[in-house]
Amino acid sequence: MFWNRHRHGKGRRCSILSPAETAGCPVCGEFQPLSTVGKGCRCRIRRHRAHGAVRQRLMDMGFVPNTEIEVVRVATLGDPMEIRVGDSFVTLRKREADQIEIFAA
Amino acid sequence: MSSKRTILVGLAGQQNSGKSTIFNMLTGANQHIANYPGVTVDKKVGSYRDSAGRVEVVDLPGTYSLTSFSLEERVTRDFLRNEKPDAVVNVLDTSQLKRSLYLTFQLLEMGMPLVLACNMVDVAEARGMALDANVLSSALGVSVVTTVGRKGAGKADLRDVIRTTASRESGAETPRTVVAYDELEPHIAAVEKRLNEASGLALIVPPRWLALKLLEGDSEAAGILEASHSDAAGVLTLVRSLATSFEEEMDISPADHIVSCRDELASQIVAACMTQEKSKRASLSEKVDRFVLNRALAPFVLVLSVYCIYELSIVQGYELTKFTWPALAWLRETVASLLPFPGLLEDSLLRSLVLWMVDSANTLLNYVPIFFILFALIAILEDSGYMARIAFILDRIFHSFGLHGQSTLPFILGGVFAGGCAVPGVMATKGIPDERSRLATILTVPYMNCLAKVPLYTLLVNIYFAAHKSWAMLFISTITIIMALIIAKFLTSVVLRGKETAPFVMEMPTYHLPTVLGVLRRSVDRTWQYIKKVGTIVVAVSVCVFFLLQFPGVPEEHMADYRGRIDEAMTEFRADVAALGETPYLQLVQGEGLEDLVIVYDEYRAARLGGGSNVNEEFEATYPEFYPLIARSGDAAAKKINRMLRGLSNTRKTIRREIRSEQIANSFFGRLGRLLEPVTHFAGFDWKVNIALISSFAARESSVATLGAIFQEGADEGATLEQRMASESNSEGRTPLGALALIIFFALYPPCLATTIMVKVQTGSYKWMLFSIMFPTVLGLAVSSVVFTGGSVLGLSGVEAMGVFYGAALILAVALAFVPDPAWNAPKTTYVEQS
Repeated sequence: MFWNRHRHGKGRRCSILSPAETAGCPVCGEFQPLSTVGKGCRCRIRRHRAHGAVRQRLMDMGFVPNTEIEVVRVATLGDPMEIRVGDSFVTLRKREADQIEIFAA
Repeated sequence: MSSKRTILVGLAGQQNSGKSTIFNMLTGANQHIANYPGVTVDKKVGSYRDSAGRVEVVDLPGTYSLTSFSLEERVTRDFLRNEKPDAVVNVLDTSQLKRSLYLTFQLLEMGMPLVLACNMVDVAEARGMALDANVLSSALGVSVVTTVGRKGAGKADLRDVIRTTASRESGAETPRTVVAYDELEPHIAAVEKRLNEASGLALIVPPRWLALKLLEGDSEAAGILEASHSDAAGVLTLVRSLATSFEEEMDISPADHIVSCRDELASQIVAACMTQEKSKRASLSEKVDRFVLNRALAPFVLVLSVYCIYELSIVQGYELTKFTWPALAWLRETVASLLPFPGLLEDSLLRSLVLWMVDSANTLLNYVPIFFILFALIAILEDSGYMARIAFILDRIFHSFGLHGQSTLPFILGGVFAGGCAVPGVMATKGIPDERSRLATILTVPYMNCLAKVPLYTLLVNIYFAAHKSWAMLFISTITIIMALIIAKFLTSVVLRGKETAPFVMEMPTYHLPTVLGVLRRSVDRTWQYIKKVGTIVVAVSVCVFFLLQFPGVPEEHMADYRGRIDEAMTEFRADVAALGETPYLQLVQGEGLEDLVIVYDEYRAARLGGGSNVNEEFEATYPEFYPLIARSGDAAAKKINRMLRGLSNTRKTIRREIRSEQIANSFFGRLGRLLEPVTHFAGFDWKVNIALISSFAARESSVATLGAIFQEGADEGATLEQRMASESNSEGRTPLGALALIIFFALYPPCLATTIMVKVQTGSYKWMLFSIMFPTVLGLAVSSVVFTGGSVLGLSGVEAMGVFYGAALILAVALAFVPDPAWNAPKTTYVEQS
C-alpha cells in the first residue's frame, strides 16, 4: 500500500548510495529502489524485484542488470517517470520503478 | 527451387519499428483488417504477386518478445507455431538495433525462416549511425535487407529475399547464430534430452526452444509439453529442480540469465556491425519534449491540443454535415418516391418500415464527416507520437481510478465537454494495453455527454431550472465525469477484478512526421469499419424497434373514429367547393379523387420544403389536373380551394399524429412503459417518460422526438414542446426534483444502440454488450430513485437536491481515489510458484 511504504529520501534529487551502502540500508535492509531518485539522476540497475510480466517487460525494454539509466523527467502530477535506457526513452509508474534496485553509476 | 505457389509471410517486429509502413509498402492497397479468432487484436492481411506467384502477408501484433505474458505476444507466438509461415520478416528499428535483436534471437530459436528488414536506416544515419548489413547478416546467419518504409526504399530487395528464403529447402539452411547460455547450457541439454524422448515433439516445436521456455518458467510452455510428451510431469519436475539448483548456484534466475546472455550477444553484434559517431547534441524529440512535457507547461499544451481536436472534428465536422445532410435527405426522398404512395391516414407497412430504416441509417451516416476528421486527427496523434505523451501526463489521475493514461482520448471523444459521441470513443480504446483498464474505459465512455443527450438536457433545464440555468449546465457537464470515475473504480475493483492488467511500461516514441497516405488510409479504414459494422447491425435492430413501436397497433373501433373524422372533414370540404358554384374543379374533388388531391398536396409542400429545383415542373407534368389547385396558380376559384385545402391537410396531419401517438401508447413498447411504472415511479417517471427513455435506446435523439409525439396537446396552437410539457406537467404534478432524477438517469443511461454494437466489436463478447446495457439501467434507476424518493422525503427542492447529490458524488470520488487497487496486492506469479 502506497501510504505506509518506507521511502529512502522521498522525491529527492540525485542521492544514490554506493553498492556497499545500499546493501545495508539501516532502516529496512533493502536496496535503493529507482523510485526514490529525482530528475537528472544517472544510475545502474542492480536487479529487479518484480516478477512475471512486469519483469519480462522491463527486460524487453532494455532494463537489463548493469545497464546505465537516467531519470529524464517526472510527470506533472509526480507519477509516471521517464527513463532513458540506452537510446530509448521509457515511462514507468513509480510502482514499477519501486521494483528496480539501483546503485550509483 | 521456385515453383509457382502461394507463400505465407508473417511480419513481426516491435511497436514503433515501422512495421505497418513496411506492410503497406509490401502489399500496397491490397489488404484488409479482421480480428484474430476469439480476441480483439487486429489482424491485418494483405497480398502481392511476384514473378513466382502470390505472397500473402500477415502483419502480426507488435511485440517486444515472444513470452506468454500479453495477448499480443500470445497471438504472435501462436501464429508462428500453428500457421508455420514460409518466411518471417522481422522488422527492426535500425536506430534501436540492440534492443530489437532480443526478438530476433527468439525468432531464431523458434526455428523460423527469418528475413531481417532493418528499417528506418535514414533515421539512424541522421543520428550518425552506420550499419554494415553484410556483417549483421553473417553474424546472424540470415538475410538482411535495409529499408526506409516511409519512402518505399528496399521494396524490391525485400520481396526477392522473402521469395528465396521461403523456397529454401528446410534442410539446406546456412548455419545460424545460436545464443550461448554458458552456465545454463548443461541444464538446457539435460531438458532437451528428456524432450527428445517424445518422438513427435520435434515436429511441433524445436526442442531447444521448448527447453528454454520451460526453464524460463513460461506458463504456456508447460501446456505445450503436456500436449506432446507422455511424461510431462516428470519433465516438469526435472526442470524445476534444475532451475532451483541453477538459481542457488548462480544467484540469478534462469529467466534473467537468459535475458542477460541475449543482451551480451546483442551488444557484441551491434559493436561489430554498427559504427556511431558520438554526438552530444540532444535529438529533436528531446528538445520538443523539454517544452511539451515540461512539468508546468504540459497540462496547457494538452488542453490546447484537446481543444484543437474538439474544434476541428466536432465543430468543423458539423459544418461539413451541412453539405452531406442534403445528400442524405435527397437519398431519403429518392427512396420515398420509389415506395408505394402514402395512404390518407395510414401508410403501408412497406413504406413506413423502409423509411424508418433509411432514417435510422441516415442519423448515423450524418456523423461520417465528423468521424472522418476525428480519425484522421487520431491517426496523426498516434503516428506523431504525442498520444503516448498524453498518457504520460494524465496517467496519475486515471490510474487512481483503475483506468489508464490512454483512457483520456476515449473520454474526450465521448464528450467530456458535452457534444461528443460514444461510438468513436469506444473505438479509440483499441490502443490501451491494459486489458482491465480497456474494458473499464469501454464501459464508462458512454456516461460522457454525447451530442444526442444535449437536447433533452436543454429541454429539462429550460422548463425546470430556468432560474439556475448555468449551475444546472455545470452540474450536468461535470457530474458525468465524476460518475464515470466512480463507476470505473467500482468496475475495476469488483467486476473486472480478475482481468489481466499490464504494467505501465511504455516506450516514449521519437516524434515522427505522419505521412499523408498513412493517415488517410487509417481514417478511411476506420470510417469504413464504422459504416459497415454499425450500418448493417443498426439497420437490422431498427427493424425490431420499428415493430415494437408499431404493433399491435390502434384498435379497429378507434381507427373507425379517426376515419369518421377525416370523412367528415372531406364532406365539409366538398360542400364548400360546391358552394363556390360551377367551377371546373368540382368534378375533381368528388369521390376518391379528393384523397389523392390531399396526398399530392402534402407531397408537393414537402417537396417545396426540400428545395428541389424543378418541383413545379415535375408536379405540373405528373398531375396536370391537380396542379392549379396545389400550386395556387390557377384562377380565383382555384386559389380559394387551395386555401381550404390547407385546412384539410392540417386536419389530416392532426389525425395522423393522434393515430401515431395512440399507436405508440398501445404498442409493445408503450405497454412496457406502463408495465414499468411501478418500478420507475420511485424515480418519478410515468409511462410517457418511460417510453421516451426506452425509445431513446435506439438513438438518443429520439428521446425528445418521442416526448414531442407524446406531449401533443397544444401543438396546433404553436406552443413549443417546453410550454406543452410545462403545462401538462403542472397538471400531472411534475417537479424540478423529478426533472433532476430524469437528468441523472439520462446521464447514467445505457449506451445507444450504435455504441452497444461498438462495445460488442471492441470487447468481442455479447456478455459485455449485455452488461453495458443492464448495469447502467439498474444503476441509473437506483440512483435516480434515491434522489427522487430521498429528496421528496426530505422535502428538498430540485436545486437543493442537485447540490447535495453533487457534493456527495464528489466526496465519494475523492475518497475512492485513495482506495488501493486490488491488483496491487495480487499474488505475484513467480517461477517457483508455477506448478
